[in-house]
Amino acid sequence: MTRFVERHPAWALIVIIAIALALWLIFAVWPPGLEDAIGRKRVFLNAVFNGITLGGLYFLVASGFTLIFGLMRNVNLAHGSLYLFGGYVGYAISASTGSWILSFIIAFILTALVGVLLQVIVFRRMEGQDLRQTMVTIGLSIVFADLMLWACGGDFYQIQTPNWLIGPIELPLITAIKSSGEPVYLRYPLVRLVIFAASVVIGVAMWLALNRTRMGMIIRAGVDDRDILAATGVRIQVVFVLVFALGAGLAGIAGVVGGTFQSLSPGEDIRFLLASLVVVIVGGMGSIPGAALGALIIGLAEQLGSVYIPTYAIVVTFLIMVVVLALRPQGLLARR
Amino acid sequence: MSVTHDTRVQVRPATAQRPALRGWPEINNPAAWIVASILLIMPLIANGFFLIEIFATTLILGTMALSLMLLAGYAGMVSLMQLTIAGFAAYMVAVFGVSGNANISLGWPWWLAVPMALALATIFGTLGGALAVRTEGIYTIMITLAIGAAFYYFTNQNWAIFNGHTGINTVATPHFWGVDWRADIPFYYIVLAVAALCYFAVEYVSRAPFGLTLQGVRDNPRRMAALGFNVNAHRVAAYAVASFIAALAGVLQVWNYRQISPGSVSVGACIDVLIIAVVGGITRPIGPYIGALIFVLLRTFALDFLVKIGLDGNRFRLLIGLGFLAIVFWSSDGVIGLWQRWRQSQRPAANRAGGGGRGHG
Repeated sequence: MTRFVERHPAWALIVIIAIALALWLIFAVWPPGLEDAIGRKRVFLNAVFNGITLGGLYFLVASGFTLIFGLMRNVNLAHGSLYLFGGYVGYAISASTGSWILSFIIAFILTALVGVLLQVIVFRRMEGQDLRQTMVTIGLSIVFADLMLWACGGDFYQIQTPNWLIGPIELPLITAIKSSGEPVYLRYPLVRLVIFAASVVIGVAMWLALNRTRMGMIIRAGVDDRDILAATGVRIQVVFVLVFALGAGLAGIAGVVGGTFQSLSPGEDIRFLLASLVVVIVGGMGSIPGAALGALIIGLAEQLGSVYIPTYAIVVTFLIMVVVLALRPQGLLARR
Repeated sequence: MSVTHDTRVQVRPATAQRPALRGWPEINNPAAWIVASILLIMPLIANGFFLIEIFATTLILGTMALSLMLLAGYAGMVSLMQLTIAGFAAYMVAVFGVSGNANISLGWPWWLAVPMALALATIFGTLGGALAVRTEGIYTIMITLAIGAAFYYFTNQNWAIFNGHTGINTVATPHFWGVDWRADIPFYYIVLAVAALCYFAVEYVSRAPFGLTLQGVRDNPRRMAALGFNVNAHRVAAYAVASFIAALAGVLQVWNYRQISPGSVSVGACIDVLIIAVVGGITRPIGPYIGALIFVLLRTFALDFLVKIGLDGNRFRLLIGLGFLAIVFWSSDGVIGLWQRWRQSQRPAANRAGGGGRGHG
């Protein structure tokens, strides 16, 4: 952080001013002139919160993707299918048992199993052949998409939010002052906040696991140079299988999350594949903090874009990717 | 698949015998003459449905896949946005030309709208390519896929130019010299002419200095840079050529269906182009056309076939996906690779040197 400030003082200043402006926009009571110019503060705050919570969901999907890529150089284009699979499993479990938490656990285990099978049966055979692996994942995503369409049909599914999470809560953020001088606080769905908190916890846990444990050390070493790591006697195939299982399982969890606050239908797999691609391209391949930053940026851009410039929301996302590629092709937080 | 490092060895034998094949290799190949004459007299053999739905569609899709083959086979860049470029050209024909959506279409005559569409689509593809060449290998797939997906969602959302998810309907087709060029037989010949032109152009490029440089860049960019070639400029130029080919195919496609909607530029359709090229084989320009024929036949008849053997007819994409997986698993060079291997196993040593290089079908 300090190195960044030393090396790019101008950029650091711009970032600090932007953050300060954003904080002011969120916490201050907007003066009337501003409300006239860009609309109600409630709309803005809702868009920001939607963007941040959507970013949490994107992070869950993209972190598995970037983890698998970082270690195995495998662009898993079937990642979206794993997301949708996890969502369907979660729906089936929560519909039959009524337990939301259980659906997370089962979805994680089943998608992780699919990931293990993929790694053991398919990807181990073509290690080091990046492009061939990618092609295989494309083929797999087509097969999975059709199998899921066969099994679940083209309907929309939504996972039932548990009772204790239904309904909005009041946040200590003032959206407006009533004429009587009484402040109006922002009300926001509790479930989205809980899910966002959970994704932050998962992200921090992953960061700690990668940076503070022996297993994480092995994985980081594998990202840097897997041949040397294998030569030192680490059973790298086991590490590969574990990482693939974790990455796939995260996609499964994300599927349940997405099924809870959005909906599940054929085509969502492609949408979330695209989202994780863009997030990972923006944040930097193979970097967990990069995935977090990218997810936040893309989530915010998508939601703010769809509120303020509805027809061009997707273009904003895309422009961010273009600008990042033009200025820093390896992604914002990649090391190389 | 020859673009991966490990399969590069397979490309070398073909390059080694190039001096013997200077000029047009087709001239000495009886199979090529047979195929060409069958294609020319096709309207006598096939009726309207087969002529347009099977053969013209095959040639259009094959031309799109050809543009991918040019990039993937000769330059080592697997671009998933070739269909997006074609779709962009198709949209531009609909926007500049005449269509049922009078509030959007500018109503230019076709001879003005088409060059405009081709130029804009080529620029679009070249810009996308310039973005994609900033990264390498598998990143290219990701970025081009992201561009393709972004275009799809954009066309879905934008109503001012692209008319949202309904798309633009009843696009006018050219009428001149007293001929309706969208009538089955004239349209078939237009498609055939464009496809043949693109095919021979790609084959020519592959042996021209530009194409040879591209293949050098594919095999060892660092060495080519050291020799003084501008690696990125060659790559972007390859994107420009491929974009133009894809744009031509896009114009034909919009004339074929007379409408264009986001569904035709969806991510699935982008991936179909990759499947076509890979299934056919991406080391030779004929591959994409073979792949397209297989794809179109499957797409058209898989439903009836599956129903006939007692399965659910809607599982056509499953069939395509499994076929694609099988090809990627067992043959690094698609159907033409399989065919060649089969021929080599039929004819031992003596003929291998002479007959191995060409697999025309």
